[in-house]
Amino acid sequence: MYPSRFRYEAPRSLDEAIGTLRDGGDYAKILAGGQSLVPMMKLRFASPELIVDINNVPGLDYHRADADGTLRVGALTRHADLEWSPLLKASQPTMAAAAPMIADPLVRNRGTLVGSLCHADPQGDWAAVMISLGASVVAQGPRGRRAIPVADFVTGPFENALEHDEIAVEAVVPPAQGTRAGGYLKLERRVGDFATCGVAVALEISAAGEVIRAGIGLTGVGGATINATQAAAALSGKALTPEAIEAAAELTAQAAQPRTDHRGSAEYKRHMVRTFAARILGAAAPGGTGPATTTERAA
Amino acid sequence: MTAVYDDLGDEATSDIPVRRIRFTINGAKKIAEIEPRLLLSHLIRRGVGLTGTHMGCDTTNCGACTVLVDGKPVKSCTMLAVQVDGREVTTVEGLASASELHPLQEGFREEHGLQCGFCTPGMMMAAKGLLDRNPNPTEEDVRWALSGNLCRCTGYQNIVKSVLWAAEKQRARTPGAE
Repeated sequence: MYPSRFRYEAPRSLDEAIGTLRDGGDYAKILAGGQSLVPMMKLRFASPELIVDINNVPGLDYHRADADGTLRVGALTRHADLEWSPLLKASQPTMAAAAPMIADPLVRNRGTLVGSLCHADPQGDWAAVMISLGASVVAQGPRGRRAIPVADFVTGPFENALEHDEIAVEAVVPPAQGTRAGGYLKLERRVGDFATCGVAVALEISAAGEVIRAGIGLTGVGGATINATQAAAALSGKALTPEAIEAAAELTAQAAQPRTDHRGSAEYKRHMVRTFAARILGAAAPGGTGPATTTERAA
Repeated sequence: MTAVYDDLGDEATSDIPVRRIRFTINGAKKIAEIEPRLLLSHLIRRGVGLTGTHMGCDTTNCGACTVLVDGKPVKSCTMLAVQVDGREVTTVEGLASASELHPLQEGFREEHGLQCGFCTPGMMMAAKGLLDRNPNPTEEDVRWALSGNLCRCTGYQNIVKSVLWAAEKQRARTPGAE
């Protein structure tokens, strides 16, 4: 299989890339990791007229924390960079838990976090993680830069809020108040398959053990990534007691909109969402095991 | 190189974009004239004529087409050939020297790490990516690193043993690698 014909540009700067997009007509696509785009082009689900490959643009391959704790992930940072990142391991439990679960090790060497957000697949792991963290995407275009919260950035399945001449250059995670806790758990039939379901929980916990802020994002149990705001709000101001955990897990399960398919029944998926939420919260509670991170594989 | 595509009759030949790229494959410097839509796997197999890189699923699932690009294992069916402009590609043919097999190749022989052999080049290249990063992997590390490569024959047991064998052999050769 090979893609339909397209024009290919490999600009050497962001300004050049934006100019190419601006002048390039309607159907242009940015190529970063290409691990979703190239398969879609080969299957002719996508037939862009112009590919703007940003892999030669310098200064997009980074992830770093500002002095205030704000985390910035550049558009060319690969999943594998995040999987092996000491910074994430030390300061971002939810992201550190999710990075090793993205696709498979070969895809992780090419694919990017920012590209995954742009692709806006309801089955994508990073959108749930970044929604739980209250993260934003920074878009750069001819009119300058703007930050778009991930919750607003994804406008539908495979649709995002970028203008045709804008490039997503960075993902930004705001600093935490208190200590970060949380994790990401995902059920998949085998490595690289779409998630049967996934639950991302991001917590900020005070010295007294109370939840200052919570965010919960769900993968693969709805037409888009789900932001379980009621479940998150129920945790706010509370200690992670067994009762609080059970109530939040129940609200998380209610927020899911799973459909029965070959990966499992709707009831089963909802049950797994409840179980995963309780497991991550339990691990974060006093006496818990710390950040929850394993992929469960169904037979 | 010459690549042949289906003519859908809808374009003048002068409109067909062609790019000239330079790249290194297994240490040899090459120049190719290609359409941007050519996949890296096709550049390697049809253009350079190295058929050790196998095309399995062609849908980013199986890992049979794994090669190293700038030292990192990637699926060559999921990368445009034009993207290796200025970069270095290593295929399974680049593992052995003129006189000696690579420890990974020896390991697959010693531990019976293959049956039909179709997935083997991809397995070896993914394993090379692991050993370059981690010369002393555990069994779990090996299984993790190969989790994107499918084998329909072996049940993986002997593939894992082969990689562990190769790791040990490499460590014995380069003291202080641990």
